[in-house]
Amino acid sequence: MLLFLALPTLIAVGTGFVGNDGAVTLDTVAALTDPVVLAAFGSSIWLSALTAIVGAIVGALVCYALLGAAPEGPLRSTIDSLSSVLAQFGGVMLAFAFVATIGIQGMVTVLLRDTFGIDIFADGVWLYELPGLVLPYIYFQVPLMVITFMPALVSLKTTWAEANATLGGSTRSYWLRIALPVLAPSFLGSLLLLFANAFSSYATAAALTSQGSQIVPLQIRSALTSETMLGRENLAGALALGMILVMTIVMIGYSVLQSRAARWQR
Amino acid sequence: MLTTRTLAASIAATAIVALTLTGCAGGAAEATGTDGSVDASTATSISAFGDLAALEAAAIEEGALNVIALPRDWANYGAVLDLFAEKYPEITITEAAPDGSSAEEIQAAENLAGQDTAPDVFDLGLAVALANTDQFAPYQVATWSDIPDALKEESGLYVGDYGGYMAVGYDPDAVPAPESLADLLGADYKGKVAINGDPTQAGAAFAAVGMAAVQNDGSVDDFQAGIDFFSDLNAAGNFVKIDPTPATIASGETPVVFDWDYLNVGYGTQLEGERNWEVVVFPGTGYAGYYNQAINVDAPHPAAARLWQEFLYSDDAQNLWLAGGARPARADAMAEAGTIDADLFDALPAVPDTTVVPTAAQSEAAATLLGEKWAAAVQ
Repeated sequence: MLLFLALPTLIAVGTGFVGNDGAVTLDTVAALTDPVVLAAFGSSIWLSALTAIVGAIVGALVCYALLGAAPEGPLRSTIDSLSSVLAQFGGVMLAFAFVATIGIQGMVTVLLRDTFGIDIFADGVWLYELPGLVLPYIYFQVPLMVITFMPALVSLKTTWAEANATLGGSTRSYWLRIALPVLAPSFLGSLLLLFANAFSSYATAAALTSQGSQIVPLQIRSALTSETMLGRENLAGALALGMILVMTIVMIGYSVLQSRAARWQR
Repeated sequence: MLTTRTLAASIAATAIVALTLTGCAGGAAEATGTDGSVDASTATSISAFGDLAALEAAAIEEGALNVIALPRDWANYGAVLDLFAEKYPEITITEAAPDGSSAEEIQAAENLAGQDTAPDVFDLGLAVALANTDQFAPYQVATWSDIPDALKEESGLYVGDYGGYMAVGYDPDAVPAPESLADLLGADYKGKVAINGDPTQAGAAFAAVGMAAVQNDGSVDDFQAGIDFFSDLNAAGNFVKIDPTPATIASGETPVVFDWDYLNVGYGTQLEGERNWEVVVFPGTGYAGYYNQAINVDAPHPAAARLWQEFLYSDDAQNLWLAGGARPARADAMAEAGTIDADLFDALPAVPDTTVVPTAAQSEAAATLLGEKWAAAVQ
């Protein structure tokens, strides 16, 4: 654990504190305040937050719908296996799937254009820019949510619903006072996982957007492999440090929310 | 007591130690060298070996050559590599990372230093070559005097190999022929114009912005005019942000592509029969760029690396690059001597009246400007 997680992290972040001549310096970390870099962090955060929230809500609804199906039945097991596969279906394959479907010459695009006269790219091709990343990200966020949240929903005991009904409560009070507080910790945990998943996701964005590294993983790639702006390899370490910082803040927020939600369980 | 845990831990530890030692052993083996008489890694010209036959013998004894980032369809490199393999079948060529950038070539050399798989030779954009001269070993090929001074570093650390003009390739069935840069802002080109990469990362895209700058009443000193052009192109909805490849051209996603003339011509040849593809270099001022050859100072196969250089600057290889649509470095000298393939030379796109090639200082200033302004300009 130490060898494969802590050591590479320390090495990567350590390069952020080393200048071009090898001496320890804070200049590279100071470069994080560059407006382009700050804009990239902003874009990364809102993209991850948006896809995490949408993925969480849609995923939770899918889980709720699946509750009605038989636990060992065909529908549940199919969706379970499908989710396990689709949660990992990121990267180049996903990018290609979207290009082939709704790209400029994609099947759906051409169909809409020729049969219905609707041009989805009338205002410019958005698939290859930041908004175009939202759909592919949601595509793997929702299955991930289904996988991680299903056990929590399954653990909602039916006896609680019955108790609520016998004591004169309504559906609304059941959800507000019983189910939601119980589900809150795992919902927030899954939301955090989805955020982290989207925040660090690189391959899909790299395959789809080729202009203007708008999110932080693409900025790291640009700092490491750029042909035209040289000597910025240490900036990649500083960017990694920035990403860890963002994740730390999010996790602190999560643990604060967790402790408040856990009050219900005492 | 040997528990499962201790066993697993000791196996893991042994594996780690074994792998580390193999790495060290590989490095140590290189230090002993191959041939005792000539130290190939310090040879600065063919006279150190005596003659070509001696160099060939030394290279054949090494038996291998590692090249990196040489796409087979880039300026006909496939044919160049095949001809070398045909002439020297005893030398096994290992082609690594064909789609790598110049920066990745240097990184590979640094990461693999001392190992058998480190690259022997580089083909780099000028900016990366200028920034990494301490990674190169100086070597002057036999035909050194044929190469114009502007294209080589005096001691032979890096030498221009082939180059071309920044051009615009287009599908004549999908769009009308553009006659000037401003034509591309028209409504006929909506959602159709692409450049080869991101200018803050790739040399070809950087040159596209440079060409736009000199064509848009700007200059090589100030790329802002080029950034403004692409900003206008984006605002008009004509700029499409995909990386063009023969696949995207064949599928019709990128009917207009800014790329080096030899690459554009290459797309046309590759897609013959599938798509029609024309190439135009805008008249007036042309933006040219040369790539550069260099030998790794820590090359695992120094004699083979030098033989490769001699081969690349021989008439055969220069003409093969010409066949790929690129201008070889020795073009003028070969034209005078009559050894150049005259048909191919005449078939190259017409040279514009003026040619600009940015200096190192201009490239650096432009790169800084792009770093600040590009992302916001094409938002």
